[in-house]
Amino acid sequence: MREISYMEALREGLRQSMEKDDRVFLIGEDIGIYGGAFGVSAGLLDQFGPERIIDTPISEAGIAGACVGASVTGMRPVGEMQFSDFVVLAMEQIVMQGAKMRFMFGGKAELPFVIRLAGGSGTGAAAQHSESLENWFVHVPGLKVVMPSSPYDAKGLLLSAIEENNPVMFFEHKLLYKMKGDVPEEMYTIPIGKSKIVREGKDLTVIATSIMVPRSLEAAKILSKEGIELEVIDPRTLKPLDEEPIIKSVIKTGKALVVHEAVKTGGFGGEISAMIMESEAFDFLDAPVRRLAGLDVPIPYNRNLEYHAVPQVENIVEEARKIVQNIY
Amino acid sequence: MAEGKKEQQLIGGEIERSKAEDLLYKMVLTRTFEENALEMFALGKVHGTMHVSIGQEAIAAGAGPALKEGDYLLNTHRGHGHFLMWGGDLNLMMSEFLGKENGYCRGRGGSMHIADVESNNLGAQGIVAGNLPISVGVGLSIKIRKTKQVVLTLFGDGAANEGAFHESLNMASIWNLPVIYLCENNQYAMSMAFERAFRIEQISDRASAYGIKGLTVDGNDVIAVHQAVREAADRAREGQGSTLIEAITYRYQGHSKSDRQLYRTRDEVKKWMKKDPIPRFAKLLDIDEEGFNKIEEKAKVDIKNAVDFAENSPEPELSTIMEGIYA
Repeated sequence: MREISYMEALREGLRQSMEKDDRVFLIGEDIGIYGGAFGVSAGLLDQFGPERIIDTPISEAGIAGACVGASVTGMRPVGEMQFSDFVVLAMEQIVMQGAKMRFMFGGKAELPFVIRLAGGSGTGAAAQHSESLENWFVHVPGLKVVMPSSPYDAKGLLLSAIEENNPVMFFEHKLLYKMKGDVPEEMYTIPIGKSKIVREGKDLTVIATSIMVPRSLEAAKILSKEGIELEVIDPRTLKPLDEEPIIKSVIKTGKALVVHEAVKTGGFGGEISAMIMESEAFDFLDAPVRRLAGLDVPIPYNRNLEYHAVPQVENIVEEARKIVQNIY
Repeated sequence: MAEGKKEQQLIGGEIERSKAEDLLYKMVLTRTFEENALEMFALGKVHGTMHVSIGQEAIAAGAGPALKEGDYLLNTHRGHGHFLMWGGDLNLMMSEFLGKENGYCRGRGGSMHIADVESNNLGAQGIVAGNLPISVGVGLSIKIRKTKQVVLTLFGDGAANEGAFHESLNMASIWNLPVIYLCENNQYAMSMAFERAFRIEQISDRASAYGIKGLTVDGNDVIAVHQAVREAADRAREGQGSTLIEAITYRYQGHSKSDRQLYRTRDEVKKWMKKDPIPRFAKLLDIDEEGFNKIEEKAKVDIKNAVDFAENSPEPELSTIMEGIYA
């Protein structure tokens, strides 16, 4: 199969969606001639013109509001938060308006919009351009939250998100944009709310999101040489969460580790952990469910500090080894 | 005023007589609805909070009816009048107010979130200025679909000091969107007086900062509001973009149910009551006391019937609590 990057996969998904459905349009800062801060929308202005690739002033609430208003009147907008951190400036429109409108109106409105957000650390962009804020949105009824970890998933989930008749928060990772992988040229969808077992193993279930999926796979390779086999599950959709495969896996391995980049306190790991405890997997646990996550710190500028602030491959190896060997 | 038979008269050179009479009835109906609502709160028949527009009815009477079928409405939290003027059914509205299953929003929204998406009434609003960015999206949608619709976005003086106001008006302006921004300046953002929150004479002065047309009208004058909104809609449909209309009015009651109104004097309220929009519009229509009493009687009967209808309507089943969150 053809290999393209995560960014190219997203771009192809956007292009194919817009070719297929003229209700789809893109709106965001510098997405036109500039091609998006990270280049995701490069070239789309030439193909679709400024009516459908809409460059905005620096107005995040306006972008989100445009998505709410356009979607409730029959369009299918895809908004972009240039850095996911900037979503704080659009919270009211997303959380108070977009997420709740259908419910407040008695189920009589549809809001098919997607907000794409470039998240994550590792680029030296410091505390206001590096956060992982996905769990804030997991806490909001009315939203769906998606986090692709590979080029294949990026395209398939984006196409699903655009076809979805609900607001979807689509968290991309800046460090994944250049990651290459097999991606079919034709349109295909990956259902929202379906997790994926990306590696099978018998000793420990690792539930990882976004960039922590490739890092966990790296860790699994290293541990495999020691005879430790990790089972790695990528929820892909954080909300609604596909619980069953995680529960089944934990019943099989008896051990679970959640890995994410967002800070640990109040993070998605707590949710996964609690879900496991409340399930029939509880009786099969041989060890406490552990969380490996970002330190409770704003992302530091200094390269070494930044690296240290979020889980790296060696941290996953070490934590997984401890759990399997019952030392913690 | 045009001479001729009563039914052919164009009231104030603006509204056909039969339509104007209906608007007067709906103004009275709005006030009766809200007075009744206040009573129901006092008697403990309804819970929560709500925001009444008593004294401000002329804006609703002049605004929505100046638009065409298919146009969009983005309402405020103080929007009972606008809802009725948009063609809302009184019984279903009352059911929503009482939280009943057959209400407009199945009892999930209540007074503050009442909407009727089917008639392009995109809902009342619980967040001050929350509807302003949404109007950008509705405007864009109209522009992309090339449908010649317009969107009427309502907000108060308080909303004009939110950041969302700036983002919204600027975006509507640069993209020439068919948005009518109608600011109901009722002199207070809860307890914050207009004079304390602005250093400008008129909120409409801000229009020039966005390069759009702005004007201030007497918000207690149905005709003035109707004319301003109609002309703004005409311009929007012709591709001439947005307008910021400021309608000056006054709210007689407190901001919401919990307001003790320590921020203003009784005399000030009384002074504004002399400019009450309802008798003023009745006078313009040459309706005498007897005629007016009949209108009031009809409104009371209609409200009573609506209350009966709503009280006899079913509560939502608890088993349906999770419905309507996702499509």
